[in-house]
Amino acid sequence: MIRNSYFINVIRFVLLILVQVLVFNKLNFFGYINPMVYILFLYWYPIKEKRQLFLLLSFLLGFTVDLFSDTVAIHAAATVTIAYLRPTIMRFCFGVNYEFQNFKLTNTTRAQQIAFLTLLIIIHHLVFFTLEIFSFANTLLILKKVLSISTATLILCLLLSSLFSVKKE
Amino acid sequence: MQQIINFILRYKNFLLYLFLLTISFALTVHSHSYHRSKYFNSSNWLTGNIYKTTSSITTYFGLNEENKKLVEENKRLHTLLFNLKKEDSMQLDTANINYKVIASQVIKNSYGLPRNYITINKGSINGIKPDMGVITSNGILGIVENTSKNFATVQSILNTKSRINAKIKNTNHYGSLVWDTKDFNTVQLVDIERLVPLKIGDTIVTGASSSIFPENIPIGIIKKFDLNNSQSSYSIDIKLFNNMAAIKSIYVLDNVQREEIIELEAKTNNDSQ
Repeated sequence: MIRNSYFINVIRFVLLILVQVLVFNKLNFFGYINPMVYILFLYWYPIKEKRQLFLLLSFLLGFTVDLFSDTVAIHAAATVTIAYLRPTIMRFCFGVNYEFQNFKLTNTTRAQQIAFLTLLIIIHHLVFFTLEIFSFANTLLILKKVLSISTATLILCLLLSSLFSVKKE
Repeated sequence: MQQIINFILRYKNFLLYLFLLTISFALTVHSHSYHRSKYFNSSNWLTGNIYKTTSSITTYFGLNEENKKLVEENKRLHTLLFNLKKEDSMQLDTANINYKVIASQVIKNSYGLPRNYITINKGSINGIKPDMGVITSNGILGIVENTSKNFATVQSILNTKSRINAKIKNTNHYGSLVWDTKDFNTVQLVDIERLVPLKIGDTIVTGASSSIFPENIPIGIIKKFDLNNSQSSYSIDIKLFNNMAAIKSIYVLDNVQREEIIELEAKTNNDSQ
């Protein structure tokens, strides 16, 4: 069972990177909207796993996407940030339930899941575009990009997550 | 000592996070200020080969369009060639050639970011070196930034780090070509004096004071012009001849005399100091 979960995560890691760089990075909807669906890896990742490994994996995930899109380490910085903040966000979204041993993402309500995903995406994009544009003179531009691209990412992530969701027995 | 170890153990996640974040920050800031990020770019073996494989599949869908473009270019070049007046004086001796041309294909294009890079399928093994100019049949595209054995990344003119010498065709008014990241078909020409007469529709070409591009390579036409904040020079919007979203065949230009020029310039700078 444990081996199985490792296997699934490795497959997810590789597939999400490939889908991101080969499909979604080329979308350029309205000229600049490229949804970042690889955030789903952090949404799906098991909760009870070691945090250090999770942080390292997230860094690696972001950094690989960076390599493909020639952005040096911006994706990595943003992804590591949400990976570090994930327990805090979960406590905020799911309340004390999250502390229990038998807590599962599938047992929570739809609204809680969406809130969790939205927070992950918004924090990620905020860090990402602040670093990408790299000047506070363009705060409005940063906010515009964060808003529009977050919306696109959220919609696509929700579609993908419902497409590949684990069936409730 | 015990307390230090306890502290590290208690905050190990936070410290690891800080460590990883610092690495990414350092790399990013470094790449903003320094000319090239030598190792972390898409010209490496893994990303290059993945892009090559996918592009070899997707290029089939655009072959028709691409052929038309190339025939069009051939037609133009033939017209030039057949109407050349002094055909005898054209000596295609290797000693007289200033620019060598290497043909290549784009395997990854990007135009939605503030700093766009294009990856091409030729590398140092084919004689491509950093700082070579890259053009298409329609006009200018960018400058080679990094090379690996089989691939190279090109800093597109759609990149906030890019500054290319350009002028108004048939005049000697020079400016710098920059990009304000707003629209991928429009770039800006700055530092043109306010005394210069301008008209919408004028053609912009590359200037002579660059050792990367030959003079008179087309860039685009003037779409709109305004005086800048200090009212001393124009800021001109240029519509590019290239469709930056659909680029396939490109040419890399190797200036044979570039090393000599750079050497001479470095020597002059040293002497004057």
